[in-house]
Amino acid sequence: MTSQLLAATIPDAITFALAAVICVVGALGVVLARNPVHSALMLVMTLFGVAVLFVEENAQFLAAVQVIVYAGAIVVLFLFVIMLLGVDRSEVISAEPLPGQRPVAICLGVIALAEVLLLAHGQWPTGAKSVSGALASPADNVNQIGQSVFTTYLLAFEVTSVLLVVAVVGAVVLARRPRRLRDSADLAGPELDPDDVVGGDEPEAGDPDAEAASEEADDGPNKREGALAESEVKAP
Amino acid sequence: MLRVAFLIPLLPIAGSLVLLAAGRKLGNPLAGWLATAMVAASFVVTVIVFAGLFRLPVGARSYTQSWWTWISSGHLHVDMGILVDPLSMTMAAFVTGVSALIHLYSIGYMEHDEDFPKFFLYLNLFVSSMLLLVLADNFLLLFLGWEGVGVCSYFLIGFWFERDSASSAAKKAMIFNRIGDAAFLIALFLIYERTGSLEYHTVFARLGTVGEPSLVAIGLLLFGGAVGKSAQIPLYPWLADAMEGPTPVSALIHAATMVTAGVYLMCRINPILYRAPDAAHVIAIVGAATALLGATIACAQDDIKKILAYSTISQLGYMFLAAGIGAYDAAIFLMLTHAFYKALLFLGAGSVIHAMNDEQDVKTMGALARLMPITAVTFLIGWLSIGGVPVLSGFWSKGDVLLNAFGFSPALWAVGAVTAVLTAYYLGRAYLLVFRGEQRWVEARPKAKTGLNPHDPSWVMSLPLVVLGALSALGGLINLPIHPDFDFLERWLSPVFASRLFEHHFGLGGVWAFALIDAALAVLGVSLAVALWARTAERPALEPVFLRRAWYIDWAYDRFIARPSTDLAGETSSVVEAKGIDGAVNGFAFLVRASGRQLRKVQTGYVRNYALGLSAGLVLILAYVLTRAS
Amino acid sequence: MSIAASWYLTLAAVLFSIGAVGLLIRRNVLVMFMCVELMLNAANLTFVSFARKLNDIAGQTAVFFVLVVAAAEVVVGLGIIVSIYRRRPGATADDIHGLKG
Repeated sequence: MTSQLLAATIPDAITFALAAVICVVGALGVVLARNPVHSALMLVMTLFGVAVLFVEENAQFLAAVQVIVYAGAIVVLFLFVIMLLGVDRSEVISAEPLPGQRPVAICLGVIALAEVLLLAHGQWPTGAKSVSGALASPADNVNQIGQSVFTTYLLAFEVTSVLLVVAVVGAVVLARRPRRLRDSADLAGPELDPDDVVGGDEPEAGDPDAEAASEEADDGPNKREGALAESEVKAP
Repeated sequence: MLRVAFLIPLLPIAGSLVLLAAGRKLGNPLAGWLATAMVAASFVVTVIVFAGLFRLPVGARSYTQSWWTWISSGHLHVDMGILVDPLSMTMAAFVTGVSALIHLYSIGYMEHDEDFPKFFLYLNLFVSSMLLLVLADNFLLLFLGWEGVGVCSYFLIGFWFERDSASSAAKKAMIFNRIGDAAFLIALFLIYERTGSLEYHTVFARLGTVGEPSLVAIGLLLFGGAVGKSAQIPLYPWLADAMEGPTPVSALIHAATMVTAGVYLMCRINPILYRAPDAAHVIAIVGAATALLGATIACAQDDIKKILAYSTISQLGYMFLAAGIGAYDAAIFLMLTHAFYKALLFLGAGSVIHAMNDEQDVKTMGALARLMPITAVTFLIGWLSIGGVPVLSGFWSKGDVLLNAFGFSPALWAVGAVTAVLTAYYLGRAYLLVFRGEQRWVEARPKAKTGLNPHDPSWVMSLPLVVLGALSALGGLINLPIHPDFDFLERWLSPVFASRLFEHHFGLGGVWAFALIDAALAVLGVSLAVALWARTAERPALEPVFLRRAWYIDWAYDRFIARPSTDLAGETSSVVEAKGIDGAVNGFAFLVRASGRQLRKVQTGYVRNYALGLSAGLVLILAYVLTRAS
Repeated sequence: MSIAASWYLTLAAVLFSIGAVGLLIRRNVLVMFMCVELMLNAANLTFVSFARKLNDIAGQTAVFFVLVVAAAEVVVGLGIIVSIYRRRPGATADDIHGLKG
């Protein structure tokens, strides 16, 4: 592998190395950051790194889509929700209520990684050749993907569009505030755990907070819809 | 003409089916008339087939009619079919005839019973089973009928099942029968194993290839079955208890027909017994012993039905004695005449019981002769017949048995002779205590006196008495030994028994001598009875306790076999069943629940734990892929 | 000459395990969700690498669809999270254990 690396051109190697570092640092940041907003921003960093790698791999179209949809819409969505729900308080990361979870998780992660890397050195199991078009063809990337999506994978494409509609409807229904609960004490959240580490604002501290939150929540679905509609329009 | 033979068992079956479906609707007395008509029709068909058989030349008197294949499995092939030959037709004739009379009688006897239709259903079912038994052409179908009559006996003994004593008696009969049936079944297995077939013709043809020990075993095992069914030593106690059933049942099943099935079986297997003389000798000895035992016990009983029950046991002993010796025709002759006079005696007893408002103790009867003349006269004929008084049928049939017995072994003859005297004596005691002497029932049941009005029953009950009386009196004519031309029965049955019939070597003079001796014995018994019982009803010296309690044999069975078995069952139920088996089953359930409870702990409810599980699975799968990839 | 595919695959594997461990360790629901996105991206990277290695456009088409579905998933998932937070503000993944057996 290393010989192959050295055989590669220098710009490619540097690009790859930088992008890789960005990705990994970003990933570690997502996992280790205390503040969820910081996690989101580190995620953006990773996504950009991955986009660079896509370009590197001759998947320009996907790189563009990655940036627009993932970094541009999905992460923004995340940030909206984080801000909306007031989850931006830090989580106490040192305490672990579930016994044994952390060491076992790290163990498993390491083992899984090791296994995959071992597989990397051996025969990668690859199946039969697909019938889709060849990558290295004279047509450009967008053309190729277009050909593939609209001919071979047409059914998947149509189904996916239905899926999007369903998702939108579902999200609206899920996030809709039920009208009858508007005045009930449910807003105040009587089941609030005293030892909840991610404590929200004191809900009993007057309705205004709750009201404000509910109003924002009311707008939330619309905002989200708008965001999604935007991303829909922009994504090819 | 012989082709209608299938109707003989079919008609009573049809009758019982109709009664099963619509008996309650038909009600009293229509159900009874239907049942009687069916059996009477069956009798008519029997006579027709009988005549048809009679027309055939002697050598050709055997006709098989196969209805359908019952079992065809590997080498075992059993048909549902009947065999029409002299023996089976003789049996069928008296079974249907006597049954028809008893059906008629029952219409009157069971008149006030709520379950009138059910009674006739059982009776018809019984008759059809018995006919299947006697008409079968193979051992398995015979066994089917055998079991059928056993079951019907159970139903009918326990007909008034609300009475504890009746249902216990029915159970007792069933259990004793079953013990015999077990022996029967083993015999069937042995027969099939040794000869490869269960059909009479085939089995008898192949007997030459079977070794004598096997034949002895088969003979003894089949006799074991007969012992259960026909109440011989040691399986006889059930018959006395079976008197709990209605009197027509006692007359039909426990006198005339079912109990004779054992004798029929012995006659049917005469080729086997001929080749297994040891088995035959055992049969004869057991028969003789039973005859004596039954007679002694009957001398000291007070219940009129019990007297007759023990008398039946005793007479059956005679029949087995005859069969064991090889005098099969004598056994059949005795069976025939016994059916007549024993049924007569039972029906007469039924009349008396009816008249005395269900009282059965002879000590509380007396002087009924004038009040119930028909019953008294017919009972008298029955008594004299069974006692062996000359000219009546019993004289001839019992004489035939005794004659052959002496030819075989004087010892057996002696036992038979003593029994003959006792028979005449105890039945005379019964007759005198019931119909003669004083009206003891007046003081014994003062309350009943005003309501008690003993009289002869209606014609439905009296007619059978008269018919049976006539048959008892004249039945002997079918087989008179005084001249070779007159022994119709023996000649009729000869194709079935052929050369295996025992031959006594007494000339005509010897026959007359024995006839005189028999007459003397009968007269001795009768006079003893008259001398001792005509005037008085109290003779405790002649009724010792050990005879009253039937030599304590039944008590011994109960104490040493029945009680321990019940205790064992109780033990098994409370220990083995409750703790062992239930414990195992419940323990298993407990195990399942406990393991479930432990396994439940995996479901913590935390998503992250589940995700951990997923990752662990992922790791394992990757490991597997790794091992396969390299 | 480009970087060999195995390097990309290794990187994708590393990203995936980081995402997985993060999912198992963090309690904040939104951060867990982000880790899921991380894993999806790792998968996308793998797909594209294989597309290049096998010279087949199907890999990139797969990424296309993964992207769309991931977007839909995020929409619905966040809707659920919002509903949960309305009931219990400040809930973490550990507070929702109603299916405890």
